[in-house]
Amino acid sequence: MADNSMTTDQRNILKFDPKDHEIALSTEDLHVFYGKSEAISEGDLQFERYKISALIGPSGSGKSTYLRSLNRMNDRIATVKGKIMYRGLDINSNDIDVYEMRRHIGMVFQRPNPFAKSIYENIAFALRQRGVNKKQDLDEIVERSLRQAAMWDQVKDDLNKSALALSGGQQQRLCIARAIAIKPDILLLDEPASALDPVSTSQIEDTLLELKQNYTIIIVTHNMQQASRISDYTAFFNLGKVLEYAETGDIFTNPQVDLTNDYISGNFG
Amino acid sequence: MNAKRIDKIATGVLYGVAALVVIILVALLGFILIEGVPQISWHFLTSPALAFEAGGGIGIQLFNSFYLLFLALLISLPISLGAGIYLNEYAPQNTVTGLIRTTIEILSSLPSVVVGLFGYLFFVVQFKLGFSIISGAFALTVFNLPILTRSIEEALANISDNQREAGYALGLSRWETVTKIVVPAALPSIITGVVLSAGRIFGEAAALIYTAGQSAPALNFSDWNPFDISSPLSPMRPAETLAVHIWKINSEGIMPDAKDVSAGASAVLIIAVLLFNFLARWLGKRLYKHLTAE
Repeated sequence: MADNSMTTDQRNILKFDPKDHEIALSTEDLHVFYGKSEAISEGDLQFERYKISALIGPSGSGKSTYLRSLNRMNDRIATVKGKIMYRGLDINSNDIDVYEMRRHIGMVFQRPNPFAKSIYENIAFALRQRGVNKKQDLDEIVERSLRQAAMWDQVKDDLNKSALALSGGQQQRLCIARAIAIKPDILLLDEPASALDPVSTSQIEDTLLELKQNYTIIIVTHNMQQASRISDYTAFFNLGKVLEYAETGDIFTNPQVDLTNDYISGNFG
Repeated sequence: MNAKRIDKIATGVLYGVAALVVIILVALLGFILIEGVPQISWHFLTSPALAFEAGGGIGIQLFNSFYLLFLALLISLPISLGAGIYLNEYAPQNTVTGLIRTTIEILSSLPSVVVGLFGYLFFVVQFKLGFSIISGAFALTVFNLPILTRSIEEALANISDNQREAGYALGLSRWETVTKIVVPAALPSIITGVVLSAGRIFGEAAALIYTAGQSAPALNFSDWNPFDISSPLSPMRPAETLAVHIWKINSEGIMPDAKDVSAGASAVLIIAVLLFNFLARWLGKRLYKHLTAE
């Protein structure tokens, strides 16, 4: 990086006391490299259980890269060094069964990506691969997940229709339903509403606030209002570094780092 | 000259060129169909060929063509599917993979008569399979593999990576993701590719002359035991196909109605190939519709 003027004392990173806060996931000294270039340096964050944590920052700041490293989606395209601690396990180590791990840490992507299957199959399919075969069980989980994603009433009569016929907002909620159907602990969302209209966006936000009761949510967003509306904690990324991580209210009203202030008041990014 | 005028001239020229192509194609098809269709009758389609008298049909050749096509696809489809999946989903981007791709490209540009001669030396002579359906099916496999592999690879490559990511994010392995998500999503274009390649195989002659042979011995259509040499299903019998038959009549046919038989057989061949093409489009569209909406 050309700009090395930033020093650690200009950073403001929240550290939880494990006695008062249950930590669902944390990273220690995370570095991500694409080839030789370093996309993330010093990613140290803790995520509290049953809270929504937002990752904000300008394009190219590394927030998506960071998020995708958390459930090892970057394995084939990048080198990730450092520790990702989940339930006392370093899930970034080589001995981890990545497929099993991803059932605990689910993900929803920027573009809705339903499978070219029916609405029902989109959800039931992964369950069946895990050995849930009874029709009754599947029906139950499909209904519950769609209810949690707040779309059951709209699609309950069309479960056999192709998911690709749904609108963008509905597709994205189906993707959320699909992700929570396998009952992960943690839900990672990579700008889940950026391709959607304002109405769908606010529905997704409501859904996330509902889900918070049972899931730890980490969300990357470009949308400052979105971060302030739904998140409990916010991390500000710039040039591959976390510059500030604090309670969302503090970040937006009283940022400690000048760059954070510049970014949230729209001066750059 | 101003831009508008140039545009008008260019449009006119392009229209002309396109029209020329269409005219040539229509004239060719028209000629074959007008000459041939009057010869087609149930008797013509079902009775065996006659070497010295008039009134022979193409029944056995027609059956042979379809049977050979079926066997060739039976062998080449699984191999192509495996190769296509490997190349698009598993192969690392390195020189070895590049070499494999180049080899496939070279194979696909191999003249079919060379494939036929190779098949003759390799399957007929070396492996002592004789002039037989199975030799022909292997030769057609060599002929078909590169094209089918390529089209399957392309069909898979057209499936967006976000489908794979969706699978991984649900904790599915790469194998599960490929076989249960990517391949089904690519199925419409895979099937289109298979049917189009079937049309090519169906009309192939040069690769078969020295492998499946140029004779069509009488078949006993009441015997469906593949191990009897006179059974239609026997893979060890020589089997002249429709395309080979046309070639043979025109080079050495001595039946009095050789010209008519050749015209009728050509029309049947063309119609079959056209049907394959329409079928490919129809199936592809239908499957795609089935996947994307109710």
